[in-house]
Amino acid sequence: MSIEIRKISKSYGNIFALDQVSFTFEEDKIYGLLGRNGAGKTTLLNIITNRIFPDTGEVLIDGIPVKENDDALKKVYMMSENNFYPAGMKIKEIYRWTKEFYPDFDTEYANKLADMFELSLNKTVKSLSTGYNSIFKIIIALSVNTPYVFLDEPVLGLDANHRDMFYRLLLEKYSESPSTYVLSTHLIEEVSNVIEHIIILKKGKIIKDESREDLMSYGYAVSGKASLVDEFIIDKNVIGIDSIGGLKSAYIMGQVPKGNLPEGLEISKMDLQKLFIKLTDN
Amino acid sequence: MQINFDNERPIFIQIAEWIEDAILAGAFPEETQIPSITEFSVNYKINPATALKGINILVEEGIVYKKRGIGMFVAAGAVKKLKEKRKEQFYDNFIRKLVDEAKRLEISKDEVINLLERGYDHEYRN
Repeated sequence: MSIEIRKISKSYGNIFALDQVSFTFEEDKIYGLLGRNGAGKTTLLNIITNRIFPDTGEVLIDGIPVKENDDALKKVYMMSENNFYPAGMKIKEIYRWTKEFYPDFDTEYANKLADMFELSLNKTVKSLSTGYNSIFKIIIALSVNTPYVFLDEPVLGLDANHRDMFYRLLLEKYSESPSTYVLSTHLIEEVSNVIEHIIILKKGKIIKDESREDLMSYGYAVSGKASLVDEFIIDKNVIGIDSIGGLKSAYIMGQVPKGNLPEGLEISKMDLQKLFIKLTDN
Repeated sequence: MQINFDNERPIFIQIAEWIEDAILAGAFPEETQIPSITEFSVNYKINPATALKGINILVEEGIVYKKRGIGMFVAAGAVKKLKEKRKEQFYDNFIRKLVDEAKRLEISKDEVINLLERGYDHEYRN
């Protein structure tokens, strides 16, 4: 069971939004789909959910091509930043319609979550603030019980308390009945510990596809006097450099060298956000 | 109970250490249950696989064990085992760092020993 993305390309005019993208979302894992604005995240998500079509390549859900295939699409729920819901519709009606398409939608659980987030089900979509616009969709995503759930910028406009609540609810739900969750977000620090596997898109290409732990284990920074750092990094894969006065920090991909460091140099680990920034700079 | 995760080490190792600390502090006595994977995951907002990996380290070391269908328990003798393990790590974790810093600051060996004694005296006065 998986979603297989096979050699997907999509261009708008002469700009490649996605360029020969291939990878797999495996069963029951929480993914982070990360990329800067314009990297192609939303285009990719829209292709997976058959909202737009790729120029070449295909997407298979559990082996079935998604193109014009409702059975495959019923296995996927996508919460997107854009609203595809009629503005005048009440939340409770949206929940009812959701259940029509996704029979496993748990209305009782959705009502409970609405209560926790203090979302009134009688409100219409257009009357909701940015935060509550995210909340009513988060609630669908957590209640829909499809094998694959995509969340595109799920915490947009949420205050710190509601963000905290969302991550806890997601983990609780995932622990009790695992599905594949894909979080596409630019709030990397917040999701860093929540996700198990990371996919990084840069200018329409996949530049990283690996477990969070592996990725984190071989990014590190070395700091010290500029001349010493320069000497140290000669044979290393340097992904970025910061300088201040005579001090320098170099960001390196690779195993942290064993044994003694030259005197005056210090090694520290990079957090995911730093790693991401250095990998996707320029 | 809060854990302040740092970036220097993998999260699963920090989870394992936190449980060890709690066992050493008597918060989880021997033969009592520790929180479940889900509780760790939800409370600390970490992926359940990470929490599981942390707990599995302790299972392998015989510090905690699984009671089928119930949960994870602190093994009998866990405190003694942990103290021995931490003693072995004491040199690497504390003494080496102390000596390195002392050298950097040009504090002599005698001065360091004096400071150690002062530390002990201070502790006894309290």
